Amino acid sequence: MSAPKIRNFASLRNIGSLSNVSSLKRSTRFLPVVPSVVLLVLFLLAPVVWSFVSSFTDVSLSGKSARNPVWVGLDNYARMIGDPSFPASVWLTVVFVAASAVVGQNILGLGLALLMSRAGRAISAVAGIAVVSAWILPEIVAAFAAYAYFNRDGTLNQLLAAIGLEGTDWLYSFPMTAIILANLWRGTAFSMLVYRAALAAVPRDISEAALMDGAGSWQRLAFITLPVIRSSIATNLMLITLQTLAVFTLIWIMTAGGPANASTTLPVLAYQEAFKFGDIGYGTAVASVIIVIGSVFGIAYVRLLRQERP
Amino acid sequence: MNPKGIRRRTRLAADAALAVVALCFVLPLLWLVLAAVDTEAGHEINWPASPSFANFTSILTPDLLFRPLANSFLLSAGTACVNLVVAVLAAYPLSRFQSRFNKPYLYAVLFATSLPITAIMVPVYGLFVQLHLLDSMAATIFFMATTTLPMAIWMTRNFIDSIPLELEEAAWVDGASGMMGLRTVVLPLMRQGLGVVFIFVFIQAWGNFFIPFILLLSASKQPAAVSIFGFFGQHGAVAYGQLAAFSILYSIPVLVLYALVSRGSGDSFALSGAMKG
Repeated sequence: MSAPKIRNFASLRNIGSLSNVSSLKRSTRFLPVVPSVVLLVLFLLAPVVWSFVSSFTDVSLSGKSARNPVWVGLDNYARMIGDPSFPASVWLTVVFVAASAVVGQNILGLGLALLMSRAGRAISAVAGIAVVSAWILPEIVAAFAAYAYFNRDGTLNQLLAAIGLEGTDWLYSFPMTAIILANLWRGTAFSMLVYRAALAAVPRDISEAALMDGAGSWQRLAFITLPVIRSSIATNLMLITLQTLAVFTLIWIMTAGGPANASTTLPVLAYQEAFKFGDIGYGTAVASVIIVIGSVFGIAYVRLLRQERP
Repeated sequence: MNPKGIRRRTRLAADAALAVVALCFVLPLLWLVLAAVDTEAGHEINWPASPSFANFTSILTPDLLFRPLANSFLLSAGTACVNLVVAVLAAYPLSRFQSRFNKPYLYAVLFATSLPITAIMVPVYGLFVQLHLLDSMAATIFFMATTTLPMAIWMTRNFIDSIPLELEEAAWVDGASGMMGLRTVVLPLMRQGLGVVFIFVFIQAWGNFFIPFILLLSASKQPAAVSIFGFFGQHGAVAYGQLAAFSILYSIPVLVLYALVSRGSGDSFALSGAMKG
């Protein structure tokens, strides 16, 4: 990465002296970056700032405080700590991210990639298409399919009945299990693709040398493959955590956060407070918490990539 | 047992495991297909008593299908075009010219790729209300484009980085300006990369539900992702067969686009720009 950069720089200086790049040209050549800066500031930075600012007000969707919001200081945050639905929602978010992404998607994705490197080409391709299609479908379609699957009369209970087990109303009795499994189904393709690419880049001779030394396949996995792809594992964990933290549509369609907040993760809570109850101030306070959590992972992600390419 | 026998046994075990996983992943989609050809469809999977395309023909109306799909297309193509133009303009100087702002800007862009967009929808709604942009197709396109722009800039810069500088130098020596070098040398060389970015953004915009759900209010502007909600509950009884048929027609474009790109550049196309530094 660094070698071509140095070469670029040297050759650019040559060009500069050759064609006499004026200082005007030098200062205008970054002008094309401006549209991107404008869009990012207007539509990403401004909403983030607006989120933090209005989380200190009582701004609402309609009524008096819609036009003249009053500064309420830390009231929204105090309410958040006092309100039992907020800590519950944080806990559900942690469970959702940990179970469906960090453990589920990550391990299943790695497992699939490892299996594909050993299985026949045709079956690998078919399995790849099956896993990827759940991921590439529009999110609302995937959500409806998952809703029907876990419904009381749905496919899952039909299958259970076929082997003599009695099903249950999954979306009502076990909403978290249902959305965790649905998100596992929806998102595993990403980890699988990351790990397939990572495994393809593992040098064959290291693994073969270990095989010669008598290492079993589990030993080769633990002491060779996993250490070699550890940066892919770290990056993947970061990205799927961020993606899962932001999941809204799947949960909204399947359970709408219910029953009685039993599957209300933070994005669903922020939406409900802001749009269902019209309390934009409190909604943005919840949104600000998600932004802060996301930023922590975002910064970790940037640092991780920076370490990889000094 | 000899090594060859062990390898064959591992392969058979791997084949079997993959077949089971593939079946589990396909099962939830089976309902979509069977319900679409069943006019009496409910939540359960049933072999339809009399399979027919009646669900498909009954939704082939401007209100139910064509206008929502046209809106989806406008939204996605607009988003992809804005992304492409803005990302190429930004990525070119960032790749080719040295400045002390390059690194901080690129890291800010990388950081922005990880911002949870669903979290900022509440403040974005507030912002759109204040700027009187609610229910505006153009504003929604620009906002949607901004949510994928960081990734598009990052991918585009990687593509430009991989094009050797010597070709442009030759053009510069001949008196071309920096931007002419971009147009005459770089863009033609990265046509395939630009196609990948375009399709990547298009697929994301096409499938996005939450952003148009919040920002576009009138039914005449809503894309398929939001209008599909109409089959669901609001009219009392849910037309599951039509919902499934609509879902299939709405999903076909992204499946085709994905197949197109993954055949051209391998499975991990979406990650090629994102994962590699």
